[in-house]
Amino acid sequence: MHTKIAVAGEGGQGVQSIGEILAEAANRSGLETTYMPNFGVEQRGGVSIAFVQISDRPIGSPKFKRADVLVVLSPRSVERTRGYVTPGTTVIYDSSSIEAPKIDDMTIGIQSWETLAPEGFADMAGNRPGKGIKGEEVRRDSNVRTVGIPAARIAKEELQPRVFNILILGAILAITKVVTVEAAREAMEHMFREKFAQRPELRDDNFAALERGLSLVETEQAGAGR
Amino acid sequence: MENKTSGSATSESKTGFTTRTVVTPNEAMPKVWRRETKPHRFCPGCGHPIILKALAQAVEELDIQGRTVFGCDIGCSLLAWDFFNLDSIQTHHGRTTPVIAGLKRARPDLIGVAYMGDGGGYAIGSQHLLNAAMRNDRVTVILCNNTVYAMTGGQMAPTTLPTQKTETTPYGRDPAMTGEPTLGPELMAAIGRKGAYAARGTVANYRQLVKFTKKALENQLADRGFSFLEVLSTCPTNWRTTPRQTWDFVEDDMTRVYKVGEFLKPEDEK
Amino acid sequence: MARIVDDDQRMFMTGNEVLAWAALAAGAEIMYGYPITPQNEIMHYWTRLAPRFERGFLQTEDELSAGFTTLGGVMAGKRAFSATSGPGDILMQEPICMAEMMRIPAVWIIQQRGAPSTATVIYGQQETRLACFGGNGEGHRVVYSTSSHQELFDYLIKAFNTAWSYRFPTILLGDGYQGKMREAVTLYNPEDHGVKLVPTEPFVGRPGVPGVDRAPAHYRNTFNIEEEIYEIVHAREEEFEALTPQIVEFESGYLDEAEMILIGHGIVSRAIKEAVKLLQNKGVKVGYFRPVTLRPFPVEELRKAVEKVPAVMVFESALGQLLSMVKEAVGGLPVKIEAFLRPGVGICTDEAAEQVQEYLRKSSMVH
Repeated sequence: MHTKIAVAGEGGQGVQSIGEILAEAANRSGLETTYMPNFGVEQRGGVSIAFVQISDRPIGSPKFKRADVLVVLSPRSVERTRGYVTPGTTVIYDSSSIEAPKIDDMTIGIQSWETLAPEGFADMAGNRPGKGIKGEEVRRDSNVRTVGIPAARIAKEELQPRVFNILILGAILAITKVVTVEAAREAMEHMFREKFAQRPELRDDNFAALERGLSLVETEQAGAGR
Repeated sequence: MENKTSGSATSESKTGFTTRTVVTPNEAMPKVWRRETKPHRFCPGCGHPIILKALAQAVEELDIQGRTVFGCDIGCSLLAWDFFNLDSIQTHHGRTTPVIAGLKRARPDLIGVAYMGDGGGYAIGSQHLLNAAMRNDRVTVILCNNTVYAMTGGQMAPTTLPTQKTETTPYGRDPAMTGEPTLGPELMAAIGRKGAYAARGTVANYRQLVKFTKKALENQLADRGFSFLEVLSTCPTNWRTTPRQTWDFVEDDMTRVYKVGEFLKPEDEK
Repeated sequence: MARIVDDDQRMFMTGNEVLAWAALAAGAEIMYGYPITPQNEIMHYWTRLAPRFERGFLQTEDELSAGFTTLGGVMAGKRAFSATSGPGDILMQEPICMAEMMRIPAVWIIQQRGAPSTATVIYGQQETRLACFGGNGEGHRVVYSTSSHQELFDYLIKAFNTAWSYRFPTILLGDGYQGKMREAVTLYNPEDHGVKLVPTEPFVGRPGVPGVDRAPAHYRNTFNIEEEIYEIVHAREEEFEALTPQIVEFESGYLDEAEMILIGHGIVSRAIKEAVKLLQNKGVKVGYFRPVTLRPFPVEELRKAVEKVPAVMVFESALGQLLSMVKEAVGGLPVKIEAFLRPGVGICTDEAAEQVQEYLRKSSMVH
């Protein structure tokens, strides 16, 4: 077992926290793991990418060219990460900010042997705009699984906008099962212990978001619905 | 123990030269000077040995020979690397201030003296001097102002006087092109923190020079603040001056631009 | 020295945090530093930890000052260190050179970033040559190039011991990936692992009045005549060479029957080791060689490793800095030297393996 995960989004969307929680959870589960943020000269803003690897054996290079799981949370980050998609990659995206064809356009850009138009590829991937996909496997011949989660919309309408990233984390856990939900909870309790102690409602908000993210994939029609 | 040199047999002129010959040179030498390395390596007529004599006398009178560390820079000041019976570090150009500041942070019980020229202090090492002053580092910086880069052959220094000829200002320093002379103690007084000391002495007034040197060391001993002493000095070799012209230059030309005195005292309100 | 952990403690943290803990464990007494990415967090963690362990810190006005204050701290007899990167590394060469000249056992951590000049704040191996031979001099310094958080911890402790044992300035050469990455590490008290901390001693300010109770300590950085410096540099070189067997370190694997040996240092060595395992699993006969010390360079060991191998491939995130060291080391041997050079960019396991396979495929077609 060796999973390479890249999480990309706008600075301030909390993508590094997603990466850190995943890695912390993996470490707590006794797995080998590396987490590496990409970082530029800006303190805030810009596209931010977290690289996480989780394995049952020692990890070589902390960076990778192709991701097993790619999470993209903004249109700009789609552009930045197009190179990480390869046959076999699962792409998880925020369908409330990124349109499905854009995702598929990205995957086509990588798979240079594909000549399908973006819309056609979206169709093939079972990822038509407006059609619920519920995280199902896409057709075998594309070998790229895309899962749209309307995370920003749900966070805004049902939860708190600030727990957007934890909702995404829940979805990642449900789709990839790369670490257990329990391990992720423990990691969060450890990492945010001071914040949680100061403001107990943060714990409730975050764990509610985690649950909602998990349930999105397991029980709901997580459509590209805008 | 050796005898102090300032015994009744010796009297000193205002210039610091020992004028009587009733004692041998060895007896005239401060005990903090290291006899094995004398005669020293400075040129005839150089002001450095006078400044170093004042330092030796101040160290002796304050009885801190056992805890003083002497740092010297590149330039003619480096010739003092084995001048004293003091632990000494000859560093790199402009970097004596940080070496001594770092030493002092690690061993606050030591008395750190950073000795440098005007190029080392006001040009290549100016950022260190400013920041040591602004941090109020408990070190004593003594800077020899002879208006030129002397060891490298007499180029313009930050302290070169307007119209003064040097190897890189062969037609005289033009302030419109190269700025006005750097006023170090005035600068230190402006940025110095409470407890700091800033003064300008001259080799032409030895007694006052010893007094200022002592105050610059006492301030460190009392853990009050940064201490800075500029000393107007001579360089007949690069000035190409006779003894008479040399003294005229220090006492008249230089002091017209560089006022001698104390600019910031530890007790001053800041 | 105070114990930093009760018992061996497995932690999950960034490399820069590891280094702050390592400096504590190594008995470092004071750090002098100036902010530059990607080493800042070493200072951040150190300034949080230092007061709890009665250690010192001074933030200076630039890297020149950080380096020279470090030298002052060391000459005062303290285990002192600094950390820097990139443009700061250039300025730091001035104090490092003085440390070479005056045999001052200061320790530097260099977290490489992209180059030249300001470039990126992220990662690179383009300070390899600077770390080894920067400044005006002959490279009389020890350089450890680490590849994991555990090595950051182990080798920083070792760096202080090496510096104070042999009185050569010592550099721990990391990079932005190692600084910013999180992975597991075991923190420990050196004495629990049989590692003794080499005692320090002051250069200046020893007991007694100089010239009365003892001779004064006079240290200089300037010499008068050509022959004097000639003698000094030669004596230094002889001493450095004599110490090389005690200091030099390398790592290698799968050398037997290898058709090609992959060479890389630092974090890149992780990619090549992993690539070698991948290729071995496919039945491709390849091995790896990783210099751990870049100064002194494991010349004899590398020559022995490659003397029966048709080809080597050098991997580095620079445009030939390790490559030139390898070429010099293996000079005269009938080995073909290939290279995969990626200045300022990380090297991944898969691409390393692909490069090797591509080369072997082509060379077998030629045969």
